[in-house]
Amino acid sequence: MDKSEMPDPFEQARLTKGYGEMNDQDDPVMMLLKLKDVRKSAHNFKTFTSAATPGRIVVPSEVNIRDTRQIPFEVDPPLHGEYRAIVEPWFRRPLQPEYQAALSRQITAMVDEVLAMDSVEVVEKFSLPIQSRALTLLLNIPYAEAETWISWGTHVFRSEETALDGSKAAILYDYIDAQIDRAIEQPGVDLYSLLLSADFQGRKLTKEEVKGVMILTFAGGRDTVINAITNSIAYFAEHPQSLLRLHNEPEIIGKAIEEFVRYFSPLTHMGRVVTEDTEVCNHAVKADTRVSLCWASANRDAAVFENPDEIVLDRSINPHVGFGFSHHNCLGATHARQILKTLLTVLAEKVQSIDIVNYKENIETWGEFRRKVGYDSITVKFNAHK
Amino acid sequence: MAKITFITTENETITVEGFTGSVMALAVQHGIKGIDGDCGGVCSCATCHVHVEPEFMERTGLAGDLEKDMLEFDDDANAYSRLSCQIKISEALDGVVLRVAK
Repeated sequence: MDKSEMPDPFEQARLTKGYGEMNDQDDPVMMLLKLKDVRKSAHNFKTFTSAATPGRIVVPSEVNIRDTRQIPFEVDPPLHGEYRAIVEPWFRRPLQPEYQAALSRQITAMVDEVLAMDSVEVVEKFSLPIQSRALTLLLNIPYAEAETWISWGTHVFRSEETALDGSKAAILYDYIDAQIDRAIEQPGVDLYSLLLSADFQGRKLTKEEVKGVMILTFAGGRDTVINAITNSIAYFAEHPQSLLRLHNEPEIIGKAIEEFVRYFSPLTHMGRVVTEDTEVCNHAVKADTRVSLCWASANRDAAVFENPDEIVLDRSINPHVGFGFSHHNCLGATHARQILKTLLTVLAEKVQSIDIVNYKENIETWGEFRRKVGYDSITVKFNAHK
Repeated sequence: MAKITFITTENETITVEGFTGSVMALAVQHGIKGIDGDCGGVCSCATCHVHVEPEFMERTGLAGDLEKDMLEFDDDANAYSRLSCQIKISEALDGVVLRVAK
């Protein structure tokens, strides 16, 4: 039962001091580990800003590989809210029945495909295709475009050797530049065209601003969604009774999704830059240094969650921060939830059990902490309902 | 059965009937503007925030501790704030009036 387990490496530090420390490219990060501190700092954008040098609030820092500001992610209120108002209705389209039907067709086809195979490597051959194809719905562009994104592999910014790879990132940035130029020449009904035609403070968005939204859309929803899907499969492989329970009680699927997002915490943490000398966890922090809001640790805080290290499928009160918190909560959360809801529904309907053949864990290192966030690869066999 | 009235931020008044479940789910079912219920009712998103009209506060009850923790960082929260996913429909709620928060 330990192949799908995701241990909490932050517990001791969270209980004893409430924070952890790590270095990142000579720009150290103080990691906030308690749910209360994470929420408080996420809300206090004046002291903990997102509007720093582009790339600096990301850990590992992307300052050396990116100049474009991600929007609305790297902007503080009130400007943040003005940008967000442009994109928010578009990112709620996953609630529309036709969007949900199309997503259901995509995921059903994928599950049928793997049920017919002897075994399949989940990360590359299941999670990545589902994430990429679903993204065509979010962007409202032709399905075939997903093949390009699948060909990029699982990491847009990472290569085998390094956590940050400028040449890999350039593939994405060049692609987005070309797509924006295409949408300028031939406006359509896609997200690029919506952004290019939007009004912002009485003017149109610049190409650089459109690019900032698109980079966020591509990068923010890639590894996170892939990890959530892959980890769900690993969990069901070791808990076939949970699959059966969702089959018999589909009404708890909504709660199960939130519990998966809490337990898996597909994004470990996100940084902020401190704007003034202040104090967190009785520890002084200096202006122009970095803190991070450690969602993964906060989501295991026993002060809030009973049995935090267990997946309780129907956990009824679950104030997790897996999609962030406050102003900058995840723009893609509606889409992500709809992917997971559809996946769990289709799996519960069609799959009896899943056997793990082999796997390699993806372990992140954050200073003193080593955290399993998912899998580099995991090969399984899907078995159909008899 | 309980008749529950919502007043939206655009001052539209809508009265709907509910039998079981949460007030958030009832509002979403009837498309009450401003009640999204993104997390499905587990108290993690605060997109179902309402202000209870003061005279009905006794009937809805006060926010629980975890709910209060969520509301603490909502700039629009006040003493009458509730997350409607945490209010269960019962006959005792018949007639209450809830204002959808911004």
